[in-house]
Amino acid sequence: MDFRDTSAEAAFRDEVRTWLSENLVGEFAALGGRGGPADERGWDTRIEWERTLGRDRWVGMSWPEEYGGRNLNFSQQVIFNEEYAKANAPARISFFGEGLFAPTLIAYGTHEQKSRFLPKIQSVDELWCQGYSEPDAGSDLSNVATRAVRDGDEWVINGQKVWTTLAHRAQWCFVVARTEAGSTGHKGLSYLLVPMDQPGVEIRPLRQMTGSAEFNEVYFSDARTSADLVLGEVGDGWAVAMATLGFERGTAFMSQQLAFQRELREIIEVAQGNGRSKEATTRQDLADSYIGVQIMKYNGMRMLTDLVSRGVIGPSSSIGKLFWSNWHRTLGERAMDVLGTDALLVASEGNGEYELEDFHQIFMSSRAETIYAGASEIQRNIIGERVLGLPREPR
Amino acid sequence: MNFAFSEEQDQLRDVVRRFMEEKSSEEEVRRLMDTEVGYDPNVWAQMANELGLQSLHIPEEFGGQGFSFVELAIVFEEQGRRLLCSPYFATVALATNAILNAGTSDEKAALLPGIASGETIATLAFTEPNGRWDADGITMVAREDGGSWVLDGTKMFVIDGNNADLIVVAARTAGTSGEAGISFFTVAGDAKGLTRTALATMDQTRKQSKLEFAGVKATPLGAAGQGWSALSKTLDQAAVCLSNEMAGGAQFVLDMSVEYAKVRVQFGRPIGSFQAIKHKCADMLLEVESAKSAAYYSAWAAGEDNEELPVVASLSKAYCSDAYFHATAENIQIHGGIGFTWEHPAHLYFKRAKSSEILLGDATYHRELLAQRIGI
Repeated sequence: MDFRDTSAEAAFRDEVRTWLSENLVGEFAALGGRGGPADERGWDTRIEWERTLGRDRWVGMSWPEEYGGRNLNFSQQVIFNEEYAKANAPARISFFGEGLFAPTLIAYGTHEQKSRFLPKIQSVDELWCQGYSEPDAGSDLSNVATRAVRDGDEWVINGQKVWTTLAHRAQWCFVVARTEAGSTGHKGLSYLLVPMDQPGVEIRPLRQMTGSAEFNEVYFSDARTSADLVLGEVGDGWAVAMATLGFERGTAFMSQQLAFQRELREIIEVAQGNGRSKEATTRQDLADSYIGVQIMKYNGMRMLTDLVSRGVIGPSSSIGKLFWSNWHRTLGERAMDVLGTDALLVASEGNGEYELEDFHQIFMSSRAETIYAGASEIQRNIIGERVLGLPREPR
Repeated sequence: MNFAFSEEQDQLRDVVRRFMEEKSSEEEVRRLMDTEVGYDPNVWAQMANELGLQSLHIPEEFGGQGFSFVELAIVFEEQGRRLLCSPYFATVALATNAILNAGTSDEKAALLPGIASGETIATLAFTEPNGRWDADGITMVAREDGGSWVLDGTKMFVIDGNNADLIVVAARTAGTSGEAGISFFTVAGDAKGLTRTALATMDQTRKQSKLEFAGVKATPLGAAGQGWSALSKTLDQAAVCLSNEMAGGAQFVLDMSVEYAKVRVQFGRPIGSFQAIKHKCADMLLEVESAKSAAYYSAWAAGEDNEELPVVASLSKAYCSDAYFHATAENIQIHGGIGFTWEHPAHLYFKRAKSSEILLGDATYHRELLAQRIGI
């Protein structure tokens, strides 16, 4: 047990710091670390920044070298993310492509598929979105009704996806669709890669409670994709889709606590400024949030150690998702408590506008976090059944 | 970065786990908790002679083995699983650390070998009838009388106070307040003028005493009036030990709940298949794993003796206290009626969790302390 960097880790950390100090300058530095993959503020500059990262292979840093990656191990990825957060670098855009699709592609894709898609993800020429949820397939994801049928060299896709983050920005969508007519549940699904820029794809923005519209509904009406753009075997899409969810709940949160720490610090500063930090209940709340974010760090380090020694993260990643999403939701509520009557006011509203300051953004956007990527209730089922071995729900 | 126990540490855990399973069965816990001394001297001797547990983190020059708080944490976690009834916490977590932090080299050489060998049972007497865990709570006055120090006053909630051969006492010189003027003394358990009364404890597995000092002659330990930093550090280290003990107990009751939820059938199926029970267990696991992370990390910080210790000790004590109590309370609920009976062990853990939560300051106290320590 030792929480210091090894000499190799320290050298790598230096390399990352140096790169950031040389490249995170000017308008890139001015962006700050706010926002997330579902946040379009400063979009064009963030795309440019992301391309700068990609140029020096910091996008795709974990990929094998033959696909342009740096083949970095888990510890190095976490170190990069730590330094990235400490440097207050811009929120990443390529989460769905680099963070979710690429690891799935590396695990299940053919050489041709990897060669076709990975370079464009790295160069940030192609963005991806995730075609999973449907109106009747939320927590019960296997209930997808979107159908795909073969027509010569192509798949023809019909159906509706929802909560599709950044669909209006993406060039490609990874779609879970039913390819076996009459099948139900986990069986008969396939994982299709579908181009977004075609007549059969219609995107309608979904405005959220925050006032902005990063989510979309996506309608497929005889949309087409090439027959070879199936990831994994036809009919085996459920396993591929679950692998993606594993990445979604996996390593990403390990460095997320650094951004959370910054938010907590800002809330503490406001409490100290308006005198709330002298009140016993506020002090209890802030100390409790501090404990939570530190424990997130400790849990992350324990999980990383496991990951390094065993190579897989497994269902215990559900603990991380459940922990951080609940912690962040509570932080948002506490931010409102600290603001007091200032919580009654937003940046601007009316005439179709509704714009939030940072604390309100946390307060509201965190309500989605306990729902997306597997709702808290689903995470508890996973923990109960796959970690603790409790009997399954009757289904 | 590496957040894993070493192979040697895992081996230590295996040995201690087997020992605790054998020597601290539920039956044995129930037998001992009903006695006044509350521990088995034979087991105490075996812990010292066969496993060397009392000497674990005492430096070799004072008769110990020179291991760190990480090894100590493993021992406490394993004891916590089995509710070991023993003056181990008082002797090792409290008295030994106080002597290590406050004592001169000569004093350590005089006091520690006896503890390391298991001959001496020791404790730390600092809490008073006011029930406070901070510097202001210490009101007992030490006065100089004809070249020797004399103590008058009452210490309360002294863990294993009746069992201790050696009592480390925190007192203050007249006219001082707060963190200034606090000194350590040592007093023999059978000292003249000392009246020891066993208290009726809610948690029967850990004995406590009231110690009344009437002109008790005491030997100074460390520099006079300079004791607070050593005491504060001792309390932090003890909080780390207790956090690990609580994490062990919390894991044990979670396992108990999960096993029961798999076999107890109602409405034609195991109750663990119902989300109402499954989700409770999932939340318990999250808290137990988090408690372990905090407890282990704090043990590492204590072992490194780095500047993080005060913050992580309070963090760990606050979190583990809440997590342990919550786990033991849910354990009763999941067991239903049987969990409320005397014959079921659930109440033993429930009571141990509550007493551990209160000892050294409860979660509310430590969150406030943490707020101060991180500059809020």
